[in-house]
Amino acid sequence: MDSQLQLFLQQVLNGLTIGMLYALVALGYTMVYGVLQLINFAHGEIFMVGAYLALTTIWFFASWLGGVPFWGILIALFVFSMMGSALLGAVIEKVAYRPLRGSPKLTALITSIGVSFFLQNAVMLLYGSKEQSVPEIIPNVQFHLGGVTLSLIQLVIFGVSIGLMCFLTWFVKSTKTGMAMRATAENPEAANLMGISVNHVIRTTFILGSALAAVAGALFSMNYGSVNFHDGYLAGLKAFTAAVFGGIGSIPGAMIGGLLLGIFEGLGAGYLSSEWKDVFAFALLVTVLIFRPSGLLGENVPEKV
Amino acid sequence: MKKIILFLLPFSFFPLLDKNAYHMDLMTNVGIYVLLAMGLNVAVGFTGLLNLGYAAFFAIGAYTYALLNLHMGCPFWLGLPIGGLVSMIFGFLIGIPSIRVRGDYLAITTLGFGEIVRIAFNNLDRWTGGPNGLLGIARPNFFGFQFSVNATPYFYLVLILVAITAYLLLRMSDSKTGRALVAIREDELAASCMGIPTLHVKLTAFGTSSFIAGIAGAVFASKQTIITPDSFDFVLSVLILAMVVLGGMGNLWGAALGALVLGILPELLRGFASYRMLIFGLLMILMMIFRPQGILGGQLIRRELQTKNEGASDAAS
Repeated sequence: MDSQLQLFLQQVLNGLTIGMLYALVALGYTMVYGVLQLINFAHGEIFMVGAYLALTTIWFFASWLGGVPFWGILIALFVFSMMGSALLGAVIEKVAYRPLRGSPKLTALITSIGVSFFLQNAVMLLYGSKEQSVPEIIPNVQFHLGGVTLSLIQLVIFGVSIGLMCFLTWFVKSTKTGMAMRATAENPEAANLMGISVNHVIRTTFILGSALAAVAGALFSMNYGSVNFHDGYLAGLKAFTAAVFGGIGSIPGAMIGGLLLGIFEGLGAGYLSSEWKDVFAFALLVTVLIFRPSGLLGENVPEKV
Repeated sequence: MKKIILFLLPFSFFPLLDKNAYHMDLMTNVGIYVLLAMGLNVAVGFTGLLNLGYAAFFAIGAYTYALLNLHMGCPFWLGLPIGGLVSMIFGFLIGIPSIRVRGDYLAITTLGFGEIVRIAFNNLDRWTGGPNGLLGIARPNFFGFQFSVNATPYFYLVLILVAITAYLLLRMSDSKTGRALVAIREDELAASCMGIPTLHVKLTAFGTSSFIAGIAGAVFASKQTIITPDSFDFVLSVLILAMVVLGGMGNLWGAALGALVLGILPELLRGFASYRMLIFGLLMILMMIFRPQGILGGQLIRRELQTKNEGASDAAS
């Protein structure tokens, strides 16, 4: 294979890896927006908390339970960070957003910025403001497929993300709770009249979204080998871009948006300049919001009277 | 006018009572915060346009004056309005396409814009000095009086700018445009049905808001003489928003009070320096839940009611 094509495929592959993680976080944004029409600014912070919880699990295993195989630690850290973040998401919803149900959008948005700041600084005070390095627990194995290199961590990211996305699609399509979520997104008042507990649905949405973000955070920190209390802000913003790009409120939209954003970023960093990598994402965000706010798959809903 | 003088007069004695240079510098910065909070309030408070990239407009004002001064020797008094104007032009550039989209989307568009500006200033090393920023920006010279490290003249400069801004904004909020802004905030659809050209009015608010940020930026650049992209990050945008929210959205004095409180509070809470942002976050959540109108928000409603009564009595007589 000629080296030009190799480089291209490698960048696409790297982009897809990070795109999977954006997609997982974007799902949380899009689901919460679907049921509450709220841009949950604090969602990126849940991602970051998930990463720190994973790091804590690794520390715990390193100092107390030596000799556990790496997949054992991996499962434990996923379970722990998912549970912790889901709990945090539910608490945030209950304490900060529920009292504001029905108040202007701006009020809830400002509250979510407050929550985001609070979490960022709480983590900074707990874990310190320095970047924490994440010990390597997944062996650094490389696979070579026709000139393209794929590491084991990338395989884990692909496997876990695709698995979770399939689960979520099934959950929303086929379970009773999933149906209730779709009904609430369609029309909360009518759903309430049909005997659906809207509060329960909203709580479930936050729990699901937070758990997905936590997994993404754990994978992200293991992929880069470090975690910082700032990470959630940038990752959250990019995931939001992905959600908007795909069409906010649409679950397949968030997945496609995340993957495409990842690929764009990978190609942009590979061919143009990595210094401007973040600008591509924001420029895409601004462009989509201005010219096609409904995104790729979103419906064009005019503002209600 | 009387109110503004009454409000600002006590502050004009501050340099006479407190000779501490550090306090002087702090109060000048607080004055710049007051300008920024009043400016952001025009967009967020009056009109309900949430701008999450306000620091970018502040940065544009600062960099405009700094670049003009360093490359062309542009004096401060010319750089000040140009900084405001350039910032306003960027406000229009970002506002014209994005103000059509729904309110919460505008917030994210401005947030993205704010990040783009900061990263651009960071990466355009050739012009902006990159992360090291620009240094050696000239201080103002007022008819032969040369400003120096001493912050006192800056304090009076900022005080005068605050007074002018407050006066103009009060005039604006009592004008037809000001009423239109509040109408849009309360119910945009109803406002447009009443014949308010909402797009035009929203742009006016957004542009005014950016202009004030640009002015504040030029003052900031001349006072610091060094500016780096790091001084204009998202934290600053949120900090100014927190000031507006705390004092009371839509209330000029509220914004000023919020800036005063959040500007001085960290100095009083020196021992809790690392808890500062944590407390800000908590404050924003609590304010939104328990008193979304802010500390002084109630007064606006009372004033609106009074105006209505006056109107009614006018009609009766």
